[in-house]
Amino acid sequence: MSTAGRARNPITDRDADRARPRRAPTVALLLVAVVGLLVSVVTASLFGSADVGPVDVVSTILRHVGLGGIAPTPPLPRLLDALIWESRFPRVLLAAVVGAALAVSGAVLQAITRNPLADPYLLGVSSGASTGAVAVLLLGIGGGISLSTGAFVGGLVSFGVLLVLLGGGRVAGPSRVVLTGVLVSQFFAAVTSVILMVSGDANSTRGFTYWLLGTLAGARWEGVTGTVVVILIGVLAIQFFAPALDAFTFGWDSAAALGINVTAARIWLMVLTSLITAAAVAASGAIGFIGLLIPHAVRILANPMHRSLLPLSAIAGAVFLIWVDTFARSAFTPHELPAGVITALLGAPAFALVLKRLES
Amino acid sequence: MGRITATELSWSVKGHRLLDNIDMAADDGKVVGLLGPNGSGKTTLVRLLAGLRRPDTGTVRYDDTSLHDLSRRLLARRLAVVEQDVYAHNHVSVRQVVELGRTPFRGRFDALTGHDERVVDAALERVDIADKQHQSWHTLSGGEKQRAQLARALAQEPREILLDEPTNHLDIRHQLELLDLLGSLDVTCVVALHDLNLAARYCDHVVILDHGQVVAAGSPETVLTPDLIVAVYGVSVLVDREPTTGASGSPT
Repeated sequence: MSTAGRARNPITDRDADRARPRRAPTVALLLVAVVGLLVSVVTASLFGSADVGPVDVVSTILRHVGLGGIAPTPPLPRLLDALIWESRFPRVLLAAVVGAALAVSGAVLQAITRNPLADPYLLGVSSGASTGAVAVLLLGIGGGISLSTGAFVGGLVSFGVLLVLLGGGRVAGPSRVVLTGVLVSQFFAAVTSVILMVSGDANSTRGFTYWLLGTLAGARWEGVTGTVVVILIGVLAIQFFAPALDAFTFGWDSAAALGINVTAARIWLMVLTSLITAAAVAASGAIGFIGLLIPHAVRILANPMHRSLLPLSAIAGAVFLIWVDTFARSAFTPHELPAGVITALLGAPAFALVLKRLES
Repeated sequence: MGRITATELSWSVKGHRLLDNIDMAADDGKVVGLLGPNGSGKTTLVRLLAGLRRPDTGTVRYDDTSLHDLSRRLLARRLAVVEQDVYAHNHVSVRQVVELGRTPFRGRFDALTGHDERVVDAALERVDIADKQHQSWHTLSGGEKQRAQLARALAQEPREILLDEPTNHLDIRHQLELLDLLGSLDVTCVVALHDLNLAARYCDHVVILDHGQVVAAGSPETVLTPDLIVAVYGVSVLVDREPTTGASGSPT
């Protein structure tokens, strides 16, 4: 009598061959995605009032990162150089990392809550981060901690409240998760409004309201660098938990029985997800639905296991937000739309589709 | 090589003693049934045996090693658990579910090796679900899901498997097939069951729980007497030993 591991026969060997080609596309897709991201960064930097070519953009970027020696064209006039390097490029870069952060955050939240409708915006994590940021900025809570730290604490608190309300490891139905998210989100939005009304003057209130809708218009190097570093570290660290996220497929006990240290994985994932969501919210306000749209699109196109889902979602989210923001700032010039308005316009129908798929 | 021993296990939640001083053992390669009415502590005992809950007192040993001297990962390389809950939140394929069984053997960034693939293939064949391996999990029937969960457990190359009511939601044919399969494995199985007929037919040894205590243990023939069933389940029955099935083991 043989157990599963030791049995071998020609049929199973053939099955293994049949299974393998299915997995190859992950590497190919990753390569395509990285190329797509680089092309998007350069192309999106072309949009705007001044007329520059893609080669000029590449040269400018290379020159500023210390690779001027291999730049294919001579330096641009100072004003044009500043336009690309000081204004457009940081904005494109910020869009990329914020898009990556929100997409990865959505994928993680979906695995932790075991719910395909999870998204940092819909579940109130973004809302909590906004409250934290506003509280630090307008109330001076925390004695001089930065806006980003406030957003991080706010995000962590709202995430904790969400998990407590969902009641530990039990399976909460999709509607329960979403309704709890609405609850958390509305509560923190109300707190944010109170703070704004009580402490803000008319001008700052208007500025904040625009920021809360989700916009990348504020991108400047001094803020962008920190955001890029935090999000890159967070997204890479989350990659370490891909096996745990896969093992969550049938719940926390099942993951533990597969050898996962569930408590540690959950705490780390909660902290890391709050961190990247907060970094994204602090830099760009609450942009919704990316965490819902991107992981679902990736799951349809590629292997849904997290070893491939996480990196592909990160890159796809980056490319997606780069183009949403490019559209937002250039489609209706001289007017600019908040990027969050466009993601909501695209995301709400996608939410309906996922809901329908869930019910079938 | 695959003996499970529980000694003086107790567990309480909020002052309610759910398990009280449980002693039980499962010998190598045997199928041990945990029986008892709803709320008697079967599921709780499975969780304690699996190390998913920490007992207030008492120990669980796998061969000569105490559960708490084993890391989760090392334990998962010898012990598999099949739970009642078979809901998946994402659209994974059947094969991907079975591949989860390789989790305790894979590094964080490792792809599946050829050996992993062969183990998964063999597990899919073993439960006769290889033809559906590329289908979405959600397309499977309840019985197929249970078989696929068992394949996932087999992919862990376990010496012991714990199963919590694996025959729930299955029709009678699939119940018999699943238990046949368990009996034919060279693995120690502890299986929580509520069906006494199935237990009598397939288990080498049964442990009867009532209100968190072991009220009887032994071979099905000696333990499953009318008096005991009246006492534990509160129903009177006629125990009829069929010559072909009164003995434990599979009829095939």
